[in-house]
This record gives sequence, C-alpha cells and structure tokens, in this order.
Amino acid sequence: MKIVVASGKGGTGKSTLSANFSYVISGNRDVVLVDCDVEEPNLHLFFEEKGKESIVTLPIPVIDENKCDFCGKCGEFCQYGAITVLKDQVMVLQNLCHSCGGCLIVCPNDAISEVPKTIGVLWDAQIDSNLRLITGVLNEGEANGIEIIKTVKRLSESSPLVIYDSSPGTACPVIETVEGADFCILVTESTPFGLHDLKLAAEVVKKIGVPSGVVINRSDGSDNETEEFCRENDLEILLKIPFDREIAAIQNRGELFSVYYPDWQKQFTDLLDHIESLCGGNR
Amino acid sequence: MKKLAVISGKGGTGKTMVAGALASLAECSIAFADCDVDAANLELLLNPTVELTKPYYGLKVAEIDQDACTLCGLCEELCRFDAITFEDGRFSVNPIKCEGCAVCTLLCPSDAVVMKTRINGEIYYSKTSFGPFAHARLEPGSGTTGLLVTEVKKLIYEKAGDKELLLIDGPPGIGCPLIATVTGVDAVLIVTEPSISGLHDLKRVVTVCNKFGVDIFVVINKFDLEETVSLKIEDYCQEAGISLAGKIPFDKKVIEAIKNREPVVSQKCPSADAIKEIWIFLKKEFNLL
Repeated sequence: MKIVVASGKGGTGKSTLSANFSYVISGNRDVVLVDCDVEEPNLHLFFEEKGKESIVTLPIPVIDENKCDFCGKCGEFCQYGAITVLKDQVMVLQNLCHSCGGCLIVCPNDAISEVPKTIGVLWDAQIDSNLRLITGVLNEGEANGIEIIKTVKRLSESSPLVIYDSSPGTACPVIETVEGADFCILVTESTPFGLHDLKLAAEVVKKIGVPSGVVINRSDGSDNETEEFCRENDLEILLKIPFDREIAAIQNRGELFSVYYPDWQKQFTDLLDHIESLCGGNR
Repeated sequence: MKKLAVISGKGGTGKTMVAGALASLAECSIAFADCDVDAANLELLLNPTVELTKPYYGLKVAEIDQDACTLCGLCEELCRFDAITFEDGRFSVNPIKCEGCAVCTLLCPSDAVVMKTRINGEIYYSKTSFGPFAHARLEPGSGTTGLLVTEVKKLIYEKAGDKELLLIDGPPGIGCPLIATVTGVDAVLIVTEPSISGLHDLKRVVTVCNKFGVDIFVVINKFDLEETVSLKIEDYCQEAGISLAGKIPFDKKVIEAIKNREPVVSQKCPSADAIKEIWIFLKKEFNLL
C-alpha cells in the first residue's frame, strides 16, 4: 500500500499529517515514511534522527578535448542548451543538463563520457522498531531533484506500507512522487488559495490515474466552498483537523500533536483502515 | 526598475498575502509578476483584467508513429526517464514522463519517433487597479516550470520595464522555479514563520540566494504563534547579517481578508499595521519616493 500526501498549495499541513499519521499507524504496523519534498525536507525535524547518509549523483558529460574536433553536434542536439561548443573549447553547463545521454550518442569521435556529479543526499533512519524514515535532500544551488525522488522511492519500493510526503505545487516533483501510488491524500485549507490549488492538484492526480481524497486542515468550520468542490468532483473528505493554536504551537516546536492529543490516534488508525478499504483491501 | 521577489523556502508562510498587501500600499509606479506558476494565487487578490494571452510551449514531447514503428524497442532501451513503455503490442510515450530530450529519435531505424510541440500552459499580461501584472497558468502535470518563470519575467520586463518597482510573488522551495525567479532580481523578501520547519527552510533558501548575490530581507509572519522559535529566527538573521524587515502578528483578520479576496491592509488590524511598517522599511532600502 503506497499513500502519497500532496497539496498543491504549500504549508497546508502535508508534513504535519504525514508525520502524525505515520507515527500513529506505526503503533501496530511496519511503516516506511518517505520525505519526497527534497527541496525543503522537514520530516526529520519531527523525529530528530537522520540516520545513515549516502550521496545521490547524476551522470554529467565530460569532453575529452584530445578526441574532440569541435564539430558542434553535441551542442546542436542538446535540447536543454547545456552544451556550448566554441572554436577550441566545449562548455558543459551542468545545471541545465538532464543527464539524457544524447550527447554521447551523437558524438562522432567518441569524445564524451559521463562522470557522476553529486546533487544531494539521502538519509535512512530507523526511528523505532516499526517506523523507518527515508529523507531525500537536494543540495542548495541544484535545480533538479527528480533523481533524488526516484532514489528514495526505489529504496522503499518493496515495503508493504509506505507514506510519501510530496513537495507542494503541481509540477514535475509532484508528478514523480504521485506516480505509482495506490492512493493520494490531498491536504487543503479553507481559503480561496487553498481551494484554487486543491483544484489544480486534484486535476494532476486524476491525470496520473491515482484515486484521491481530501483532508481539510486548520478548518474553521466554514468549509462550504471546499465541500462543494469535493462533492461535485467525487472527492471524499476523509478528515477535518480544526484550527487550534495549541496544535499550531506543538507543530511549530517540531513535535507531534498526536502524542499530546491521544484522541487523534483513533482518527488516524481509522483513516488508514478507510483508505485500505477504498483501495479494495490492497494490503 | 528595482526588482524585489517575495519568496519563502517553506510553502504557505504567507508570501502571496504579503505581496498582495504591499501591492496595495505602494505609492510608486509598480508592476507585478506571479512566478509561482504551478500554484499561482496572486491573481485572486489583484483581480486582473487579462489584456493579452500567449500560449506557453515547453519542451517538445516524443510521439511514436505506430505505422512506421518496427517494434525494435531501441527507444525504450535508450530512454532514461522511463517514458516509453510497451503495452498491448505497441510502444508508446507517456507525455507526463517525457522530458523532451529527443534521444529516442536518434537511433530509431524507421524514423518512427517525432518530437511534437505541445502547449504546456498560458502566459497572461493583465491590468489591475494597482499596476500591470504578468502571470501564467501551467498545464497541471507539465514540467519545465523554470522556463515558464523566465517567460513571465521576460513579459513584464518588456511591457512594464519603465516602472520604478517590480514586485514578484515567488515559488516555495529551492529548485528550478526558485532559481529562475531569483536570477536577475535586486533583492528578496523571505517570508518565514516561527516553526522549526520554517527556520530550517529559511536557512536553505538563504544559502541559495547568497549564490546570486542579492540583498536579503526577512519577515516573520505569525511571529507570536511560537515566540521561542521566532527569537531563534531573529538570532539567526543577526548572525547571518540579514536585515529583519518586520514581524507580523497572528491575526484572524488575515484569513478573513483572503476569504473576501482583498489585501489585508484594507482593514484596520494589527497585521495591517505591521505590513505598513514593512513597506516603509522597504521604501527606504530601495530609495523609493
């Protein structure tokens, strides 16, 4: 069972939900929690444990200038403008490279090879006997964290129950995270911003073909517009978490509110049971 | 034109709320751009009238001509993005996964793969009661957000380059959309919140901004929700030599204003007073008026 927590709008409570949800259900199930928000990973802050670190690399072309005759074919082919061929020099703009390997194929002189370039790290931590946290971290200054998302997902693939915390937005990192999941929880808040971005996120998830449901966070009780959108689009509202200054403060300090409010343990256990039943008992 | 981007690192700290409020406070000649293209919200506050709509073509996407395909499978083998799959006796391209690299076209023995242009979104130039506004809509599920951000900025430079100030509502995170946003601006206003996540993400986005040599100002939004963390953020800013532009208290009027789709400074409340102070601070920094 692979469940993604996504949102569209940032700061609606994805990490709050995935941390508390995973913590509670790890009470009697093995859970792997995966932080796919590699630009700004935050889950490790709640568990104060990074674990074993390993690096993530991407293959980047290097030019052997003894073999290169500066024909320019690599630069012409590269769709990303990552290679500029001058009269007697080839410049590779590493940040623009997508590591597709095309330049190696078009080079008539076999002058291009690839070397690994470190773009980030992953942390693999056993938080307690039932809960494992895998975090992807993009290095500051790197533009593209997709390879890191792929790596952390691969690492968790064989586990029976995985919760993925997505980055905000609706672009490539979100698509990479949602792909292959059994279910997607869309976390929103009852503001025009939250609703606007929920609509976009729901559209993406639908396009990818993953069933989804909605959690309204910081609900102030007047959620009519969100409820109406969900009704019209056959999106079930799975849970509402009310706005509460104390929950906000606990969260802001980097603690889990479900520890302070044991009532929530049943809510999160029920949420998992419900999602599993929606997915046809796919355990 | 002075260029200021409102960014945050962590999402949902209040970038758009602050940008919308500053928009309505500015007495100087001002233009706006929403560079959070995959979850654009500033239009909800500025109420724009669209004057010009341009299609946004991202990178091309591969397509396989089924009649010409000999089913050799070379394209699938070469694709590093797992975008080509074999199903029901045919190879096809998943446009969501295709990154447009065109490697699949290189060795196809029957020239069955072609790169097709695809509309990945729309770019708009609009009028608002505060000034001209460039914004965009990314087709949900499209990539190349960085490229679209660059296009939005290009459009506003072209149309409103004579204004005194360009205020950009930026994206969260530190990846390509953020890098495209920060490139070429004079300063960033980082809106953070008093949570350990907010502080952690603030430090990461500051590291990225330092590589661009832009001026950095910080605003702590909802600072009184956890003052211990708020103080840690102030300490960090002081150590890092970053100016604190202001602190905004938690205020229920903010949500109320957003629900009414109006800038919060149109109401009389503590958060509006704080943002007015921030605008005075920024005006001085930028020598406006």
